[in-house]
Amino acid sequence: MSVMGLFFICVFSVAITYLWREGILEASWLQEGEIAAYRGKDGRRPNAAKTGLVVFLAVALCLFSLLAAAFFMRMGSYDWLSAPLPRILWFNTVALIAASGALHVASTAATTGARERMRNALWAGAVASLAFLSGQLWAWRDMIAGGFYASQNPANAFFFLLTGAHALHLMGGLFALFWTIAQASRKEAENALAKTVELCAIYWHFLLAVWLLVFALLVGWADNLGVVCRRLLS
Amino acid sequence: MTDVSIEDDGVPSQEVEDVELYHATSWLTKYVFSQDAKVIAIQYACTAIAIGLVALVLSWLIRLQLAFPGAIPFIDANVYYQAVTMHGMIMVVYMLTAIFLGGFGNYLIPLMIGARDMVFPFVNMLSYWVYLLATLILAASYFVPGGPSGAGWTLYPPQAILTGTPGHEWGIILMLASLILFIVGFTMGGLNYVVTVLQARTRGMTLMRMPLTVWGIFTAAVMALLAFPGLFVACVMLLLDRTLGTSFFVPAIVEMGERRDYSGGSPILFQHLFWFFGHPEVYIVALPAFGMVSDLISVHARKNIFGYRMMVWAILAIGILSMVVWGHHMYVSGMNPLFGFFFAVTTLAIAVPTAMKVYNWVVTLWRADIHFTTPMLFALGFLITFVNGGITGLYLGNVIVDVPLSATLFVVAHFHMVMGIAPVLVIFGAIYHWYPKITGRMMDERLGKIHFWITFLGAYAVFFPMHYLGLVGVPRRFYEMGETAFVPHSAVGLNIFMTVMALIVGFSQLIFFYNAFKSLKHGALAGGNPWRAASLEWQTPETPPGHGNWGKQLPIVYRWPYGYSIPGAPDDFLPQNAPPQRGEHAT
Repeated sequence: MSVMGLFFICVFSVAITYLWREGILEASWLQEGEIAAYRGKDGRRPNAAKTGLVVFLAVALCLFSLLAAAFFMRMGSYDWLSAPLPRILWFNTVALIAASGALHVASTAATTGARERMRNALWAGAVASLAFLSGQLWAWRDMIAGGFYASQNPANAFFFLLTGAHALHLMGGLFALFWTIAQASRKEAENALAKTVELCAIYWHFLLAVWLLVFALLVGWADNLGVVCRRLLS
Repeated sequence: MTDVSIEDDGVPSQEVEDVELYHATSWLTKYVFSQDAKVIAIQYACTAIAIGLVALVLSWLIRLQLAFPGAIPFIDANVYYQAVTMHGMIMVVYMLTAIFLGGFGNYLIPLMIGARDMVFPFVNMLSYWVYLLATLILAASYFVPGGPSGAGWTLYPPQAILTGTPGHEWGIILMLASLILFIVGFTMGGLNYVVTVLQARTRGMTLMRMPLTVWGIFTAAVMALLAFPGLFVACVMLLLDRTLGTSFFVPAIVEMGERRDYSGGSPILFQHLFWFFGHPEVYIVALPAFGMVSDLISVHARKNIFGYRMMVWAILAIGILSMVVWGHHMYVSGMNPLFGFFFAVTTLAIAVPTAMKVYNWVVTLWRADIHFTTPMLFALGFLITFVNGGITGLYLGNVIVDVPLSATLFVVAHFHMVMGIAPVLVIFGAIYHWYPKITGRMMDERLGKIHFWITFLGAYAVFFPMHYLGLVGVPRRFYEMGETAFVPHSAVGLNIFMTVMALIVGFSQLIFFYNAFKSLKHGALAGGNPWRAASLEWQTPETPPGHGNWGKQLPIVYRWPYGYSIPGAPDDFLPQNAPPQRGEHAT
């Protein structure tokens, strides 16, 4: 519940700031004549794809916040028993940090026009992401081999649910990333390409941030928060 | 992916070379797999209306059983519960949400803000096909062993997945799969509606010059994007409970004398997730209706909408508030009384911006030049119905009043008034209003008025007596009442009356369909702007709007969309894109 409260405070403040910047407080309906649209610091309107991505990230963040809220609510029951976490998750975390870093490098390389470096960084990001996904699969295998099935305990079920939801988002991102790599190997205009790479980088940073939060939940660093939430509820 | 006609600085370019636009190359890509928002809108609307008719027939089954218990042999308890479930789910999600956002949103947003199309046309097309697939999967649940789910549209666990509930084998699985798909499809569409409004407005179209229709649809789309994940999570987890045997929602339970493998799940958790979506959902349906009704009233009363800024802010306030009131659906779930207090306060607080809107509509009508056209009749019908439904909502929003009224027909009467009849009246009004723009021909006024009066009075005849039945304590979702002491004998007569009326209203919709189909070929030619309206969608060079909406040049907007009855103006309305008059103050 408090998770959702936090989420809403963030989203609404961003949304209201945006609307305010776009002139929701101005009495433009009383004026006659053409009014210039808002432009950012660089004299441009934000681009549509980027706005679309930001809106989508809000949706995805809402999904994960709800999962976290459900996690905290369900945690309070008597039958909650955390399984020992597969060790490989630590390696996976490093892999995802590497992927996110690589895409950041690709994004900066794209704006400066260092094409070769950008291509290599994109590939590095893709490989590291695939390593992360295989690592996650390995972790699932580990859990099942240890007899920690989803049906056996809610803690295990949440493990599969959270990692699965995150992995699906990453797979979706990989489609976009490979599409970008294909664009990069063709003679695509620098400008458009830089924008696309930047979007990939933003998405990966988001995935990394979500993963770190999910990981914190699974390791149990957020238990105290759960206790506070439940106290508010009951 | 993105529209290439957006220039490098992010402002839509005024002129486009024709080659830059997406061109349909064959019949198939022009009419079936089209990426044109207008075609997608019509596909969405037709699909929504078709599945809505299925839900209408299901509601007859419910009514027939209530009026003549056991008289119709094939309506047994299972069929009845399945009808209740499917009627609710289809009407709320697959009909209303889809037609308001997918249908009207797709058609009106680009035209009203002066865009050539949605910003991500391909994703928009995908959105429709995923929606259609979801609808077909839901309909398919009538053809699987055990039939569709009969758990009630709220799908509460544990009973939704236990034996004894109809459709627990396959129906519930198809229902959940269909909802998951619907949400995926809707998210694609919703991204388009939101980003198009933020990015693709033409020159001079500031946020505070958008018609209220766009504001309503835009806010509803933002809310839907944030609310549907709640349903998504709930559906995925319930599906896992049903198929893999996890215990997210299902507690330890003994069923048919046998202990199931579940343990410790929390049904309340499902209710929280479900209503986290479920309450915003009613405003997702209501806000576009608010917006459209504002435009309808303004145009047909030849007067600017009163308090435009207040209207916009009220829409936003309702949008924000409606995200934090879901608990009022769970007053009787045994939650903390303090929580109930919080939710009651936020619920009653929504009445404030809503009442502001109603006052503004009424003041807009005050001393206006009202033309009683069919769209105007429907708009007025909406006003009355919405106030009625809203007032009962104030009763139910109070915990103490809700406890005895919960799960009675009073609740059914309330939400049918406020989110069933009221938005449907707006849908009809909007179809009569924008039909000339979509087809280039007028619908028949006389038939339209007949349709309005039967629908409006008939709907009241169906749902008004329900308030009384609810107050005397007739429970909802009961297959038959049997011999109960507290239900007076008059309930029997009322039930029969309501059922007959429901059949009449249902069949009278054929008048509307006859009118719509006949007018396609034989309606009077409309011209570009038959209602003499000021907003941008009526100023297109061609009617119906052609490819890219605006021909070679995008319009430039010089004023707000409510320039009616301006003193001293030559005509009684000033289009948004008419250049400033001499003597007018240009900024």
